[in-house]
Amino acid sequence: MLLLLALFLGTLAGCGVWLLLRARTFDAILGLTLLSYAVNLFIFAMGRVKVAAVPIVEKGVTATLVTTADPLPQALVLTAIVISFAMTAVLLGIALRAHAQGGSDHVDGSG
Amino acid sequence: MFNHLPNHLLVLPIVLPLLVGALLVLLEKAQSRWVAAVSLASTLALLWVAVQLLLQAHEGSVQAYLLGNWQAPWGIALALDRLSALLLLLTALVALASLVYALGGDDRQGLHFHALLQFQLMGLNGAFLTADLFNLFVFFEVLLAASYGLLLHGASAERLKASVHYVVFNLTGSALFLVAVGLLYALTGTLNLADLAVKLPQLGPENARLAQAAVLLLVVVFAVKAALLPLYFWLPATYAAAAAPVAALFAIMTKVGVYAIARFSTLFTGDGTGNLAGLLAPFLPPLGLATLVLAAIGALAAQRLRGLVAYLVVASAGTLLLAIGLGTVGALAAGIFYLVNSTLIACLWFLLADRIAWARGADDALSPRQLQHGWGLYGALFFAAAVAVSGVPPLAGFLGKALLLQAAGSTPLAGWVVALVLGSSLAVMVALARAGSRLFWKAGPATALRMDPPRPAHLTALFGLLALLLALAVFAGPMHAYAQATAQQLLARQPYIDAVLDARPVPPAYDVRQEMRERGELK
Repeated sequence: MLLLLALFLGTLAGCGVWLLLRARTFDAILGLTLLSYAVNLFIFAMGRVKVAAVPIVEKGVTATLVTTADPLPQALVLTAIVISFAMTAVLLGIALRAHAQGGSDHVDGSG
Repeated sequence: MFNHLPNHLLVLPIVLPLLVGALLVLLEKAQSRWVAAVSLASTLALLWVAVQLLLQAHEGSVQAYLLGNWQAPWGIALALDRLSALLLLLTALVALASLVYALGGDDRQGLHFHALLQFQLMGLNGAFLTADLFNLFVFFEVLLAASYGLLLHGASAERLKASVHYVVFNLTGSALFLVAVGLLYALTGTLNLADLAVKLPQLGPENARLAQAAVLLLVVVFAVKAALLPLYFWLPATYAAAAAPVAALFAIMTKVGVYAIARFSTLFTGDGTGNLAGLLAPFLPPLGLATLVLAAIGALAAQRLRGLVAYLVVASAGTLLLAIGLGTVGALAAGIFYLVNSTLIACLWFLLADRIAWARGADDALSPRQLQHGWGLYGALFFAAAVAVSGVPPLAGFLGKALLLQAAGSTPLAGWVVALVLGSSLAVMVALARAGSRLFWKAGPATALRMDPPRPAHLTALFGLLALLLALAVFAGPMHAYAQATAQQLLARQPYIDAVLDARPVPPAYDVRQEMRERGELK
């Protein structure tokens, strides 16, 4: 489980960085999206990976990371998702405008 | 503390621009002529709040404000110490100057200038006040989102290109920020800065490397914002492409990165932090010096006045990070003194460069061209601003650098610091002398365009900033005393930690649960 998650995270981040280094705005935006997926999963995993546990304290059970999932990373991820989603939309808008004006989606506006 | 109401003034620098920004969006839609007046009134009110907060912080204690009345570290807290208060005031001053200048016509070049400015102020003030790492991330995103909009203000092709670079660069930085936040949370289970400062030194040796990696990653993220080598390459293009009032406002944005590095380097890697103590000392001073050298070369090689000014911003960032990296009380105090001066100068330079370019027919290339008006006026301002930025007496830029050299004298890097700081000052002076002689003394062809003389708003902003710089030189004594006290407070660590962690929620004036329990409705 942990190994799978780690491999998956690494692949996502690696693909994201590779796409980000290409000089086309479309590729860079895709790369940023993959990178933000990787980061969100990473934050989620930092609250310790726990299967079949709810982030709610139940009566009679002392809430520790053994019995319950940590709710805080889930809240953090939710915020991070909203922010990265909105920022991607802004970047898409700017990239489209640059493409319309320059006639190219090269990040330097030519080529 | 239970009988004492929280100081709500602390949250005003965030709430006021937020509400006014939202109101301005509506007013703009209704095409009201009150937009500029409301924006100006709000910024003046913000200035008043910042002055009040500075006076409170000057009394010496750190104040904490519990958002939502939740005790730290479970809820998010704001904290006001001398450094935060000083930066709040600086933000308000820079914003006011940019806004007044923009009223000369720049604010009508595109949509939503005033609303975006207010949202930018909200993000800046929030970043300076918050005592929570994730909250800092959120305020960073708020100020960046507003800055994307402002950078595109009055969009030209060059601005669009610079925007794409700037946004991609900052989004990547945000991803790294989140990785660092995740790591710190996994290690300590907290994101409150004061709580982190307590818990990070308690980590066992098995986690020391991971904690160091997380803190260094945070510093990388802020070094992007603060424009430290090798992460400053986005800055000259971005700042040179932005509209003048926007670039002037951005002068405070690099200082957010500087502020965050100052906060983290003292709180997490200061004395008594165990595995993390002295973590940044081997990296920051050499990188700051290298930034300074490259910025001086960039200034010498600049082909346009705006590009030259952007490298002056990089040079000031290098000097500041050098001061933080040296980490002694004297060096930090010199850095804080220099920070105020360099921010105001950068703001003045961007506005002045725009006026000079305008008088030359909207051309700021450093080649001979005739000035249509304001030869004496702009020449005098250029001279005063050049004196202020290159660190020549009698203005305060000289005092900042002299204090830094004096403080560096007792550190192992003394020789390098003295040689490179003085060398780069000389290079900047040469670059400015060369630019000034080309702009003002060489006769060149006039453009066919007829340009308007400066409006009262432009002159008010320029002379206001110049008056502030002169005041800073005259009142250098009290200012340096404040900087010294700020540095001592930062290095002491404990006042900040105690203030945030000891703040107690206010008991409710009216307890619904108690009443329900008495009536037997709640078991």
